[in-house]
Amino acid sequence: MSRVRVLVGTRKGAFILTADGQRNQWEVSGPHFAGWEIYHVNGSAVSPNRLYASQNTGWFGQMLQRSDDGGRTWEAVGNDFKYEGVPGTHMWYDGSQHPWEFKRIWHLEPSLDDPDTVYAGAEDAALFKTVDGGGTWQELPGLRGVKGDLWQPGAGGMCVHTIVLDPKNPDRMFVAISAAGVFRTDDCGQTWKPVNQGLKSNWELSDPQAEVGHCVHRIALHPSDPNTLFMQKHWDVMRSDNAGDSWSEISGDLPSDFGFPIQVHAHEPKTIYVVPIKSDSEHFPPDGKLRVYRSRSGGNDWEALTKGLPQKDCYVNVLRDAMAVDALDPCGVYFGTTGGQVYMSAESGDSWSPIVRDLPAVLSVEVQTLQ
Amino acid sequence: MIRVTLPYHLRTLARVNDEVVVTVDGQATLGSVLDALEARYPVLRGAIRDRVTLQRRPFVRFFACREDLSLEPADTVLPDEVADGQEPLLIVGAMAGG
Repeated sequence: MSRVRVLVGTRKGAFILTADGQRNQWEVSGPHFAGWEIYHVNGSAVSPNRLYASQNTGWFGQMLQRSDDGGRTWEAVGNDFKYEGVPGTHMWYDGSQHPWEFKRIWHLEPSLDDPDTVYAGAEDAALFKTVDGGGTWQELPGLRGVKGDLWQPGAGGMCVHTIVLDPKNPDRMFVAISAAGVFRTDDCGQTWKPVNQGLKSNWELSDPQAEVGHCVHRIALHPSDPNTLFMQKHWDVMRSDNAGDSWSEISGDLPSDFGFPIQVHAHEPKTIYVVPIKSDSEHFPPDGKLRVYRSRSGGNDWEALTKGLPQKDCYVNVLRDAMAVDALDPCGVYFGTTGGQVYMSAESGDSWSPIVRDLPAVLSVEVQTLQ
Repeated sequence: MIRVTLPYHLRTLARVNDEVVVTVDGQATLGSVLDALEARYPVLRGAIRDRVTLQRRPFVRFFACREDLSLEPADTVLPDEVADGQEPLLIVGAMAGG
């Protein structure tokens, strides 16, 4: 019998939500690391009880936690994140240069074939790697070598917030950085190239089609078709059919193409989900209606999914790492809000119900499908 | 024997319920006590002071015998009452926020 385990990071701790394959009855465990900001909890695909959690406060800094029993017990592992060499400078809000300073880990992405190998996306933007289960971390400095002096922080900081591994090509991975754009490596992270052609940032950049500097909020792919990437940008929803070499807009008939997360259906590579947000000035759903939008055609044509979601007086946000899918059939879709709700649909989005309603603000949601 | 009181979140992190006790070789200074504390509880490395510069994290404060030692240098000798275990060195998370 299949089970699902939902890993939720919040402003005040981590929560683990579990259910059997019916996804009707849920058990809630937590808060783990109560009082700490948990930006991300993620599990190994090959050893699902191996979990990693990024734990942080402004008082005491960055911690990394590891579990080998599915989140029942945790052990602090290495938290020494040093930039390689002289860290250098990046662009500050006013256009001046500002020293690189480590602040926190936003995202943890375990390797697809080794539970001890994990990539960590940092603020200030850098990519770190461990091969010993989190004991020690080394930066992959080639990333910051790609015009890092031109990267600048978005409103949420300058961070590597998305790491996507190519399941068909172990040498290839993608990262997304706010506000720098998408970068691809084809040699296991040694060298990188910006893959932002086709992005337009008319109000954010002096050169709207600059090679770097775009505020990409999230990218996603389907494992069966890793050359097709989907992107929720600051404004605009985009698609690339050539591994990021060029992008075209697929916002189509969305009520707003501003938003944070984007996800792909587990079994339908062209079915994608976004949560439109009114604007960069008003981070809540248009008209106070929380609507997930689904396209079954890889974008442009979108349908509003509203059944079970609040359709009046709803002013929460859904952050970039706070949407995930399970691998069951029908595909389950999950997302968390800044109001502390975690909603799920066991019907690919046709209807929704809350698993929990009153958690702290949700920063991240991951789902594990367990046998 | 030097007693050290940790703030709640660092007690949780170090998995201790109450004061901790450390010993130092030679004179008890702010720096030597923090060195001994981090040696005994490696999970606290980076949580109280920067790993490289050893600068105090901005929202961490040090007190002993009703004196604020937060801005004192690492070689500051701690009061006799702390060195002989009568009084603890207090490590405090600063009041911050709204």
